Amino acid sequence: MNSKYEQLHKEYKNKLTREKRLIRLVQAGILVSFFALWEIAASRHWVDPLLFSSPSRVWNMFLIRIQDGSLLTHTSVTLFETILGFLLGTLLGTLLAAILWWSPFLSRVLDPYLVILNSMPKVALGPILIVGLGPGFASIIAMGALISVIITTIVVYNAFRNVDDNYVKVIRSFGAGKKQAFFSVIFPASYPTIISTLKVNVGLSWVGVIVGEYLVSKQGLGYMIIYGFQVFNFTMVMLSLLIIAVLATCMYQLVELLEKRLVTRHQS
Amino acid sequence: MALLELEKVEKLFFSRDSMTTAIKNISCAIDKGEFVSVIGPSGCGKSTLLSLISGLIHPTSGTIKLDGKEIKKPTPETGYMLQQDYLFPWLTIEQNITLGLKTMGKLTEETRKHSLYLLNELGLGDRANHYPNELSGGMRQRAALVRMLTSDPKLLLLDEPFSALDYQTKLKLEDLVFSTIKQHRKTAILVTHDIGEAIAMSDRIILLSHRPAQVIRIFNIPDELRNELPFQARNHPAFNGWFQDVWKELESLEQQI
Ligand SMILES: Nc1ncnc2c1ncn2[C@@H]1O[C@H](COP(=O)(O)OP(=O)(O)OP(=O)(O)O)[C@@H](O)[C@H]1O
Ligand SMILES: [Mg+2]
Repeated sequence: MNSKYEQLHKEYKNKLTREKRLIRLVQAGILVSFFALWEIAASRHWVDPLLFSSPSRVWNMFLIRIQDGSLLTHTSVTLFETILGFLLGTLLGTLLAAILWWSPFLSRVLDPYLVILNSMPKVALGPILIVGLGPGFASIIAMGALISVIITTIVVYNAFRNVDDNYVKVIRSFGAGKKQAFFSVIFPASYPTIISTLKVNVGLSWVGVIVGEYLVSKQGLGYMIIYGFQVFNFTMVMLSLLIIAVLATCMYQLVELLEKRLVTRHQS
Repeated sequence: MALLELEKVEKLFFSRDSMTTAIKNISCAIDKGEFVSVIGPSGCGKSTLLSLISGLIHPTSGTIKLDGKEIKKPTPETGYMLQQDYLFPWLTIEQNITLGLKTMGKLTEETRKHSLYLLNELGLGDRANHYPNELSGGMRQRAALVRMLTSDPKLLLLDEPFSALDYQTKLKLEDLVFSTIKQHRKTAILVTHDIGEAIAMSDRIILLSHRPAQVIRIFNIPDELRNELPFQARNHPAFNGWFQDVWKELESLEQQI
């Protein structure tokens, strides 16, 4: 009897493994055929290789640019700007949310302004940033931060407000003031929301920084795209795009890892 | 001298287009070491009364004095146990029960040891490093009780602490809470829906009217019942008579609507 169930369990496990393997296989297949098709299409001139480049050309350029060190510079510049913009946007947004929570009066006063700022396409403010902060790092980082700060403020503020009042009662019944209530209850209870805005902000910061680089930069992956576009070097454009895809994914995965570490305990 | 004195306490809640009188003219005194239950129809203002005593909200008129001093804001002298346990899910049981001490800046090695001792007393000694979601409802309620006791309050406010539990757990916890409170010589006010629980646990029962809450009647429970553990009291020959009395009074209230 027992062994029969064990057998069934084993079969069930095998089935799961098989399914997972199949999914991975198909995923890899799609990736490989995409690049293969791209390569073939370019070499057979189904598409214009001048416009669409080809994987082998991109690879060659990758090797060359790695050797002369320029790729590393561009990548690290962009990565630095993105991470800074991301951190700045998230921290500032959370700080603003805390201030709004602290002062219900202020939050009601600022409410319509937040709505306007949130609906505003932030990249449209690019030129103003450049005028204000000068054409350089500062503007680009500001753009990376600006694009996520308002939405972070709104989402995190809502999380703060939605914390069950009874938790606050518990801590207040021990004589806690507003500050203690914030740090012992409101903030830790909103952890999960804050972490999930991090995930959104990673993507947003990339948008902000790349657009920022389009506008002002002499360095960075966004600059490589614009430059490649202007001199008709689409291999360079493709290379930049691929690198951005890889890096953005890595950052997202890192945040997700962080989430798994931090949020497990928060479901009551 | 009475530990807690309520004098002509009144509480109104205001909103833009309405005004609710939750409590109207309640005066009473509770002595040190007394165990008082508050019963009354649903929504009559029992929780509001406890919140007033805890200092979380303020009376619209009248005064509430603890040890002769008017209550202005929540103090660690009063422990408040809400209807649900509200343990913080992101803290371990140990961190949860020492939360009050930490908030008051009184967390030392000694008080921490004492907290763990209390936890052990209530049968959760091996759960200190668990998280609340790993505990059953009854265990969580016990942990919440420990959390309240660690800060060593004089007055305990219990808002239907057992109503979410199954009957057996409830009976066991009644005994446990009763003996813990007697042993530490605490004064307690228990809000409950359960007439039997009120009779089995308390020295006095305060019956409140429909909203706005007013004191309708006070039952003084005789010594033979109040000195027994709640479970024994429920089986005492005198218990049924008292149950009928309180039940009739509550029933006649229900008929008044
Ligand atoms: N913060 C508040 N604002 C407005 N009205 C309130 C507030 N708190 C309570 N009330 C009202 O006061 C009345 C008494 O509420 P309370 O929670 O004290 O009742 P209760 O006796 O504890 O009820 P239950 O037995 O259901 O727990 C209710 O009519 C309720 O709607
Ligand atoms: Mg209530």
